[in-house]
Amino acid sequence: MTRFLASRLLQALAVLLLMSFVITVLMTLMPGDPVDMMLAGNPRATPADAARLKALYGLDKPLLERYWHWLQAALAGDFGFSRLYAQPVLTILLPRLGNTLLLLGAAMALTLAVALPLGVYAARRPYGWADNAINLFCFAGISVPAFWLALLLILLFAVELQWLPASGLGPVGGEGWWQRLPYLVLPVASLTLASIGGYTRYVRAAMMGELRQDYIRTARAKGLGEGRVVWRHALRNATIPVVTIVALEFGALFSGALVTETMFAWPGMGKLIYDSIMGNDLNVALVALLFATLTTLAGNLLADAAYAGLDPRISFKGDGA
Amino acid sequence: MRAGRFLRRFARHRLAAASALLLLVLAVAAAAAPWVESWLGVEATGISLLDRFGPPSALHPLGTDELGRDVLVRLLYGGRVSLFVGVAAALASAVIGTGIGLLAGYFGGRLDDLLMRVTDGLIALPLLPLLIVLGAIDLTRLGIPPEVAGAEDASLLRIVVLVALFGWTTVARLVRGATLSARRRDYVRAAVAMGADSRRIMLAHILPNVAAPAVVATTLTVGNVILLESVLSFLGLGIQPPLPSWGNMLTNAQELVGTAPLLAVWPGLLIFLTVIAVNLLGDGLQDALDPRVVGKR
Repeated sequence: MTRFLASRLLQALAVLLLMSFVITVLMTLMPGDPVDMMLAGNPRATPADAARLKALYGLDKPLLERYWHWLQAALAGDFGFSRLYAQPVLTILLPRLGNTLLLLGAAMALTLAVALPLGVYAARRPYGWADNAINLFCFAGISVPAFWLALLLILLFAVELQWLPASGLGPVGGEGWWQRLPYLVLPVASLTLASIGGYTRYVRAAMMGELRQDYIRTARAKGLGEGRVVWRHALRNATIPVVTIVALEFGALFSGALVTETMFAWPGMGKLIYDSIMGNDLNVALVALLFATLTTLAGNLLADAAYAGLDPRISFKGDGA
Repeated sequence: MRAGRFLRRFARHRLAAASALLLLVLAVAAAAAPWVESWLGVEATGISLLDRFGPPSALHPLGTDELGRDVLVRLLYGGRVSLFVGVAAALASAVIGTGIGLLAGYFGGRLDDLLMRVTDGLIALPLLPLLIVLGAIDLTRLGIPPEVAGAEDASLLRIVVLVALFGWTTVARLVRGATLSARRRDYVRAAVAMGADSRRIMLAHILPNVAAPAVVATTLTVGNVILLESVLSFLGLGIQPPLPSWGNMLTNAQELVGTAPLLAVWPGLLIFLTVIAVNLLGDGLQDALDPRVVGKR
């Protein structure tokens, strides 16, 4: 297990290092020069000013040298300043991370709360009318464009009915967290509706696999109630693949939240990634993208660990699989 | 597998059959866009600021948009773009993925390790943010001449390439798995014993046996590609106007949602219907092509 973890961590570090370099290169290919963009609104700026600013940001140096400087500073915990927000990168990043975790946490909890019973129900009477209806609903969830779903929710609940605010984070400060609740409803609903389908299908497939097993027949044969057989015996084993998927998808959800956050102007990581890329804010974009990669990698690792932890038949000894 | 048996199983999957029909109708309608255009006597690119936000009429069956263009004709032209991108990128992904999967599964060893590490690495990347970066980069800085980079079809080709670059991993994994099991079969051993070379064994003996999962995965990829294209175009990074796509027709929808709500509904509805049809079709194909699910229902 330790050797397995060590090799996986090493691999994750290599991916991160490679990503940081690739992103640095890609960001130099973006249209527009960051310094020219800064000075565009200032008529008194001279070419000399531009050159001085470029020297200040190190933009006059060759790419490799710039990357090396960034890497050295980053390893010492200094990720530089944001050009758009004129603040240290981490000062901007951390509150947004909190906002995203709040959004994703709420959406994930709601998704599982619906998907588990729905999937179990569908698996108990496969190919009945309820299962078919649930199946169609799942396909709808998988197939709907997330930004359009958000658009429809805004159209219905914010524009037509005017029940809920269309965007933003709500009042910030000690006003009481419940005042922010209405702002959470539409983004969470949008994320949840888009992900319920996938999870329900996983739960259904896992449950159908378990309900065919011999131990279920044994449990029924010895006279256990159907509820106990389904919810205690089968579901416990069915959760193993589901937990794995949750861990795997968490990273994907992280970048999937980009669209939802942008649509609802929710100041989270996804919107930060989008704004920083579009605004040519290299330092922020780099760290935010690396963070998104890190979550995906951590999710993958966690999925493997959860798999081994929950299923005693799987171990990482021997072939290191 | 016999064609008749395949068709019988497929038809039993009523949703999949209905989906295939819907996709056919959409494809024909999109292909007929120029005829509809001349029949209605409107132009897809005809900007007319006097006719902005027009209600449905005989001339404009679905009304006009914020620049006075006919919505129906633009939807049809947008359908051409979205369907073309979806199919082209999925086919490109399928070719790359099948090639890599075959090589990794057949030769195994170091090559397999290397290819699968690359696949794992790609899967761990945050796809959408990366596509946004790649969609935003200035092609002229890569040394591509501006007249090529600025051509109308450049954004079309670019998105196909971008999606194919990341989209092949699913097919590669499936084909690798299928190749691993096919490689140990007797008929492959017999081919080896008769002195067939690796290329022939892979193409003539293994490929037909890994085709079924590859076809299913490719179908499902089409749906994902259409979703990716629509979101990138929506964000202004995919298909560039004036070329319409269902995604970029929604770009201004959020600001206009109070003025012209239906403009936000139509393109999204078509994306949704197309993707759900493709996914249901893929599901039906899976059941029809996979002999292991016989008697499931």
